[in-house]
Amino acid sequence: MTFLRTHRTITTIIAFVLLYAVFKVLYLTGILNTYYIQLIILVGINIVMTVSLGMVNGFTGQFSIGHAGFMAVGAYTSAMITTTWLHVSTANPWVGYPVFVLSLLAGGLLAAGVGYLVGAPSLRLKGDYLAIVTLSANELIHAILNATEAVGGPRGLGGIPKFTNLEVVFVFAIVSVALMRNYLFSSPGRSMKAVRDSEIAAESTGINTTKQKVFVFVFSAFFAGVSGGVFAHLLQFIDPSSFTFVKSLEYLIYLYVGGAMSISGAIVGPVIFTLLPELMRSLQSWRMVIYPLILILTMIFRTEGIMGLKEFSFILIPQRQRKEVSA
Amino acid sequence: MGQFLQQLINGIQIGSIYALIALGYTMVYGIVRLINFAHADIFMFGAYMGFFLAPVMAKIFGGAFIPTIIAAMLITGLLGFIMEKLAYRPLRYKSRLSALITALGVSIFLENFCAMPFVFGPTYRAFPSMIVARNITIPGNLGLVISNVLLLDVGVSVSLMVLLFWFVNKTLMGKQMRAVSFDKPTASLMGINIDVVISTAFIVGPALAGAGGILYGTTYGMLASPFLGIWPGMKAFIAAVLGGIGNIPGAVLGAYVMGISEAFATSVNSNLGYGIAFVILIAILLIRPSGLLGKFVPEKV
Repeated sequence: MTFLRTHRTITTIIAFVLLYAVFKVLYLTGILNTYYIQLIILVGINIVMTVSLGMVNGFTGQFSIGHAGFMAVGAYTSAMITTTWLHVSTANPWVGYPVFVLSLLAGGLLAAGVGYLVGAPSLRLKGDYLAIVTLSANELIHAILNATEAVGGPRGLGGIPKFTNLEVVFVFAIVSVALMRNYLFSSPGRSMKAVRDSEIAAESTGINTTKQKVFVFVFSAFFAGVSGGVFAHLLQFIDPSSFTFVKSLEYLIYLYVGGAMSISGAIVGPVIFTLLPELMRSLQSWRMVIYPLILILTMIFRTEGIMGLKEFSFILIPQRQRKEVSA
Repeated sequence: MGQFLQQLINGIQIGSIYALIALGYTMVYGIVRLINFAHADIFMFGAYMGFFLAPVMAKIFGGAFIPTIIAAMLITGLLGFIMEKLAYRPLRYKSRLSALITALGVSIFLENFCAMPFVFGPTYRAFPSMIVARNITIPGNLGLVISNVLLLDVGVSVSLMVLLFWFVNKTLMGKQMRAVSFDKPTASLMGINIDVVISTAFIVGPALAGAGGILYGTTYGMLASPFLGIWPGMKAFIAAVLGGIGNIPGAVLGAYVMGISEAFATSVNSNLGYGIAFVILIAILLIRPSGLLGKFVPEKV
């Protein structure tokens, strides 16, 4: 039923607009200060990072552990374009924003290219090679950025114009998650889950498993790159140490605690873990001791994460329509 | 020529340390098919044990090196045993991916826990010198210099390797290990206690890494931070893949190839040392994923 489907879409859009309006009103009335708004923006970026990681780790059953490396590629590319090469600023939004969006896409594409270089050799093979390749790629990107004077070396890159605001991150997060969700419910998306459940069975039903895995990996690297660009234009300063393996690990924890096999899980995880540390500031120095423990305990006692296989209703394709498809 | 031989010698030295780490990776992988990310941190733990134990051992025994290395091996072996018991055993019959994630969690936990100020602390520490370093110049016009630390590194690691080969190939436990690595269900039907075999692998591997940690400390004379295991661990793992993961002689061969190519790359440009490991990894995955000594096993459905 087209009507029901549109109906659901409209409800979802209205819900997001309301959510945005609530944040905006709270900000304008001064209940939420700039710091909290920044935190909400970070939640949005982390959601896109985690959902894109979930595409590879949760839905395709591979194990990529260097997602921050792709984020770094995107962040540096887009920051170099807006700051060093084109010198755009927020003072002139009509020029600034189109350049910003194009720089994000450029960052995403370059990250996708790096993703192809990393993914293609390792995803041909079965087994855990992707893990070690992505891990070393992450560390290598970090080492290269540290050694490259043109991007500031260990001092980092500063003076990036602050293009990222609440509106940008809302549009960015909703569009990205919607794209990934649509891919997941499409025919190639289902073959991706088939690869996860049994690579041999998937191959015997005619799925080109290598191509599928590489595509998803590149797709995911693209979103990580774009998130990196958004992130750079939020903090206005990036340095190589913001994109180490520890950062990648944070996304893995968000993903697996939230639930790797559901998009909703990949949304719940970053929301909890971005907001929770703010409530427990005193534990800040213990954070990286507690996080891995949470990860280990989740794996032992609730392997499927908080959400398991469940999805929020706004993620799912409405029931009626699904029946039509299967009939 | 002299330069070439000197780099070769340096490569063999660092390769010996990588070999001790790579053996643990490959043994554990061979038996439980798990990349034990925490192995690199056990290596770090061993190095720090050297730091704390060496003064004590020097007081008790007079000479510090041999008692320290034995004590560190015992402690890291125990740590490996506990780690397997607490973190990996509950996941044995769950998906392989969850064990891998747990391994990563254990690794990060060990690093950050050891970096807490009341454990090892995050700062630089000078490693106690247990051996007075002496440089021996080899007669001849090549100007080769060999230090006694180098001879010690190579000597200790080769003797531990010989011990390991004897253990794996000649003892009953070694035979059981090979059987489990070959086919776990069948091995258990033959009356092999899988739990004991896995525990042994998790004791022997970490013990070797602990010895590697002591050699690392002795060679470089300092411990940068509890995160020091990451790069050597990664290179050693790549070495294990290079030699054919799960294959013990392969790990040793891979480690020496890795050490030597790293020494040459570093002599060209110090940043290249990091890159070469990655290049080797990608190259081996493209050309010969089963590794130099690994056998290609066709998949049966």
